Amino acid sequence: MEISIIAEKLFSIGGFSVTNSLLVAVTVAMALGLAIIVFSRNPKEVPYGTQNVVESVFEGLLSFIESITHDRKQARDFFPLVATIFLFVLFSNWSGLLPGAGTIGLNEEHAGRVVTVPFLRGPAADLNMTVALSLISVLSVQIFGIVALGIRGYASKFLVAPWKKPYVIGTVVGLLELIGEFAKILSFSFRLFGNVFAGEVLLTVMLSLVPYFVPLPFLLLEVFVGVVQAAVFSLLTIVFLKMAVTGHGEGAH
Amino acid sequence: MEGVQQVLGSADNAKFFSAAIAIAAAALGPGLGIGYLVSKGLESIGRNPEAHSKIQTSMILGIAFTEAIAIYALVVALMILFK
Repeated sequence: MEISIIAEKLFSIGGFSVTNSLLVAVTVAMALGLAIIVFSRNPKEVPYGTQNVVESVFEGLLSFIESITHDRKQARDFFPLVATIFLFVLFSNWSGLLPGAGTIGLNEEHAGRVVTVPFLRGPAADLNMTVALSLISVLSVQIFGIVALGIRGYASKFLVAPWKKPYVIGTVVGLLELIGEFAKILSFSFRLFGNVFAGEVLLTVMLSLVPYFVPLPFLLLEVFVGVVQAAVFSLLTIVFLKMAVTGHGEGAH
Repeated sequence: MEGVQQVLGSADNAKFFSAAIAIAAAALGPGLGIGYLVSKGLESIGRNPEAHSKIQTSMILGIAFTEAIAIYALVVALMILFK
């Protein structure tokens, strides 16, 4: 039973090493893109067949976003980023549960021991992918904020001058919020990575103890956790987006 | 005493102990925190059933933040074990 916290390298192209989770991530991304393109070809006024699927998924996501932003135009602005993150994280979490992920692989020799290097591994179980996603999310939040409020307006949230209204406390709080933005990158990535990797470890241990029937509830738990983590990632992205485009004086607080 | 020293001194065993203690201690805080959070959330839904979806969304948000703290400790424990 080998559990490796680092995604194992399969081969390298030039100097760039391709890991098993990178393979699955690229496959999931391409499959998602192809599926949506194929399903929404020749759209009819009255939806039929697979167009129904795409429309219902998009409608569900849009109303999810709108229930948090309470503003239809903002929901439509945030939709591409948030829907992509949600669908990609969802399907990549689920793809780590497919039969063969983590089990079918090659026996290789690493530092004197024979280890099995699996061909497939859930992409979110690789810290690189989760850090990349969280960087994209937090950077997009900053960009949306700058576009909505202008650079001065957005920067005035973090760099409050000590002679303006809340005086020195305002400056300190602004600096803390700036540090908080960086902390968000860490927390996003570790939340997703920790949940998915811990789930993988749990499944590996359970399957190595009792291979038949007993791991079923744990598999269902992992399916559920995959959905919940995708939802939480996108929910937090929406909330931070909403907070970033809201000016100082406005807002429901 | 010597037996205990021997057991705790070897690197492999120290790994197991430290990983177990890390996650066990870290599960305490967020467990209590999420319990508080959900209890207050349910209470406020009971007092005001109309605001159900708003309260639920904020509650799930809070749960995600609190749970993340336990996950940080879990990641540290896993790094200790498997590195």
